[in-house]
Amino acid sequence: MGDHHHGPAKGLSRWLFTTNHKDIGTMYLWFSFAMFILGGFFAMIIRAELFQPGMQLVEPAFFNQMTTLHGLIMVFGAIMPSFVGLANWMIPMMIGAPDMALPRMNNWSFWILPPTFLLLASTLFMDGGAPAAGWTFYAPLSTTYAAPSVTFFIFSIHVLGLSSIMGSINIIATVMNMRAPGMTYMKMPLFVWTWLITAFLLVAVMPVLAGAVTMMLMDVHFGTSFFSAAGGGDPVLFQHVFWFFGHPEVYIIILPAFGVVSQIIPAFSRKPLFGYDSMVYATASIAFLSFIVWAHHMYTVGMPVAGELFFMYATMLIAVPTGVKVFNWITTMWRGALSFETPMLFCIGFLVLFTIGGFTGLMLSIAPADFQYHDSYFVVAHFHYVMVAGAVFSMTAAIYYWLPKWCGRMYNETMGKTHFWISFIGFNLTFFPQHFVGLAGMPRRIPDYALQFADFNMMSSIGAFIYGASQILFLYNVIATIVAGKPVSDEKVWDGAEGLEWTVPTPAPYHTFEKPPKIDPAHAHS
Amino acid sequence: MCFEAKRLLKLALGPVLMLMSAIALASGGEVNQVNMSPGATHVGERIYDLHMVILGICTVIGIGVFGVMFYSIIYHRKSKGHKPSHFHESTKVEIAWTVVPFLILIGMAVPATSTLLEIYDFEDAEMDILITGYQWKWKYEYIDENGENVSFFSNLRTPQSEIYNSQPKGEHYLLEVDEPVVIPVDTKVRFLVTANDVIHSWWVPELAVKKDAIPGFINEAWTRAAEEGVYRGQCAELCGKDHGFMPIVVNVVSKDEYNDWLATKQAEAAEIKELMAQTFTMDELMARGKAVYDRACLACHGANGEGGVGKAIAGSPIATGELGGHLNVGINGVPGTAMQAFGGQLNDVEMAAVITYQRNAFGNNMGDAVQPIDIYNFKKG
Ligand code: HEC
Ligand code: HEM
Ligand SMILES: [Cu+2]
Ligand SMILES: [Cu+2]
Repeated sequence: MGDHHHGPAKGLSRWLFTTNHKDIGTMYLWFSFAMFILGGFFAMIIRAELFQPGMQLVEPAFFNQMTTLHGLIMVFGAIMPSFVGLANWMIPMMIGAPDMALPRMNNWSFWILPPTFLLLASTLFMDGGAPAAGWTFYAPLSTTYAAPSVTFFIFSIHVLGLSSIMGSINIIATVMNMRAPGMTYMKMPLFVWTWLITAFLLVAVMPVLAGAVTMMLMDVHFGTSFFSAAGGGDPVLFQHVFWFFGHPEVYIIILPAFGVVSQIIPAFSRKPLFGYDSMVYATASIAFLSFIVWAHHMYTVGMPVAGELFFMYATMLIAVPTGVKVFNWITTMWRGALSFETPMLFCIGFLVLFTIGGFTGLMLSIAPADFQYHDSYFVVAHFHYVMVAGAVFSMTAAIYYWLPKWCGRMYNETMGKTHFWISFIGFNLTFFPQHFVGLAGMPRRIPDYALQFADFNMMSSIGAFIYGASQILFLYNVIATIVAGKPVSDEKVWDGAEGLEWTVPTPAPYHTFEKPPKIDPAHAHS
Repeated sequence: MCFEAKRLLKLALGPVLMLMSAIALASGGEVNQVNMSPGATHVGERIYDLHMVILGICTVIGIGVFGVMFYSIIYHRKSKGHKPSHFHESTKVEIAWTVVPFLILIGMAVPATSTLLEIYDFEDAEMDILITGYQWKWKYEYIDENGENVSFFSNLRTPQSEIYNSQPKGEHYLLEVDEPVVIPVDTKVRFLVTANDVIHSWWVPELAVKKDAIPGFINEAWTRAAEEGVYRGQCAELCGKDHGFMPIVVNVVSKDEYNDWLATKQAEAAEIKELMAQTFTMDELMARGKAVYDRACLACHGANGEGGVGKAIAGSPIATGELGGHLNVGINGVPGTAMQAFGGQLNDVEMAAVITYQRNAFGNNMGDAVQPIDIYNFKKG
């Protein structure tokens, strides 16, 4: 063997041409953080406009562009790539593989992202402005009635889909083929399991989204009428296709988060996960169910009552495996030896707030009640409890948890805890009152509102600014750690942590597991 | 207890108590309302009950789950020297926490199903109203086999000056319209909901109706208001720029009052029908036209036809050009611009008048008087 691959190349070409899973993971993570800041900035504009009744800062048309881009960027630019980044870093290290199975494709799946988001953001400066039909872009508002920039939006979605599919294929190939000898499926860490299932979901539904936007493209440019009633088409078809993608998508977002939490809670409880097998089965059932509940987003479109009932029952069922997960995490903590470092705090925050989001999800699943909840701020509160307090909190936990392993330096614990508490308070101040205004009748996606909603909206805006500001602290802490954090050299950074990633040196060298590790056949999964 | 501590306690408990009393008393449209309102219908009450039951179940489960968690957090700390036990996997426990939630869900599904079936029971409606969503207003048509059909548009009444903060906001800011829908109390009213352009959604929380208005589809919904009153709602589906500015106001009145109102409306409709068959003099057309212009066109085209959001009418090549082109813009609008199709919004008399006015005001001097019959013929093609 030559010595050509002992360290990274120098300069920009290291990053442009890299096929190293750690480099690519790092790029994904930084990119997604940049998108998180951009999407967050748009959210600040939204909350500033909603600070009080009346139009103060922006025009209604621009407001709609902000809500649309905020949603798209957070879902496709921040949350999804961040978990792909984490998968890149951790999956090979967790299953004892030297790298991802398809390293060159890996480079591509990342590098097509930045130009795509640049393109998407540039629609803001185009004639007629950016897409403004919401992140769900219902036709015909997003087709016949859309600004010309919709074409660029469609192209962006295609490329994002491509990136996700390539990323998923890579993960599937890696997990199926590159596990170290002895690393059987039922020994894989849960993070790997949840990602494997997520990857299958992605491969199944991204093409459906691609189909939806392709039909939009045809309607806009080639005279078809898939979604235009005037030409014999069907606007509701769009919603069916979109949500056939969209509901699994929300699980694509949350399953890896479940995986992260299932790694971290046992570590800081110093006790194995309570029911590993049932966690795997629960994940698989959630994934399966996620394909047959999509129309719970469409209870008010006028479905026949039989359809309505089917989707209601199926949706209610999802609460069962979701409950299994929550009960498992709690029982894992039960009679452990708990300590509360920042990653654990974020996981506990996740547990509390995600459970609340699950409860509101269950409420939303009750079709007759959803007639009142639907498209109100209650739904906005629900999905921010599951997506921000669910996905983003767990991602934050993951960064604090594995950062010392990645860079061999410890973050500042006090600052981390401060970040948690500010985030936690800011988040709840932002989104809890949104349940109230939603129940009281405030529709979502409006730039201005009636006077009775004023106080809670002001609270919400103040909370949002606090939550937003706390991310600056996070950024500072991460950079300070990388540059000048206290060096750590223990392989096992956390005394309770289990898993192969804690058997490699700290900081993790550029290449790990070039020779497959020995896996103790008696040793259970981590 | 010292004074400070008491005060702190009050401060801490105050909002909680307020919240609890607010939850108990919530009725629609209140300032800082925190809960759903049962509203004014039986279905609304059933939905409210469902909502409270499921909220109650979730609260109880939540207290249990979080109780166990916080117990662990407090007592099973490493810093207190707690040693981890290493138990895991218990099939019994896992079966229990799968089956019990499942049973609770079945318990929930039963009332949910029966409520849903009630909502879907459109039989025996005593009257029909066709609701059409437009960007950004609602049109209501009362369908009546025996009398004139009555139809009108309902627009936001809140002035721009309130929205842009140059004037104090009124009590019903953004929830007021120029012409409310009127329905009789204690009557099963069926709504047929559709849209003309993009998808909208007709939502009045206190009447327990939310139904998407979808172009090319006619959806059904119904309500039976048990109490007279004014009920306010908004469009619930993002429908473009002014989605936040297309409110709904429903006046629920006594049956007598409703009949009077309908009779007046029908008389008006009959009058317009008659007018349509008439020929007007130039002066009559100009007078009517100015009224229509000031109401429907001025906002964009300016008080003196000087333009603004819309192009200038004074000296406009269209308004001083061939009549067909002008009619086309007025009736069909200019797609892709703020110039909407007014053909469905103004009646033929109004359209004839406003076109005449535009051709002969602001220094335009075409001298042609457009009659309602011309509009009728143009629309027919
Ligand atoms: C919401 C704003 C708006 C309102 C209200 C409005 N218009 Fe317009 N109108 C426009 C715009 C914008 C154009 C320019 C369209 C274009 O780009 O060709 C226009 C153009 C026109 C033109 C063609 C002018 C030209 O020289 O090209 C006519 C005629 C016209 N409008 C008639 C009317 C009438 C009649 C009414 C009232 C019943 C009315 N408009 C109300 C926005 C409006
Ligand atoms: C217990 C599990 C859950 C149930 C039963 C559930 C149920 C629902 C229902 C019925 C709706 C439609 C509400 C409406 O529009 O009227 C909804 C909306 C939504 N949910 Fe969930 N949900 C659950 C968990 C999640 C998770 C885990 C996520 C994502 C991480 C999520 C993300 C969303 C989003 C993004 C929307 C709104 C989409 C939109 O209209 O923009 N949900 N949920
Ligand atoms: Cu869903
Ligand atoms: Cu709307």
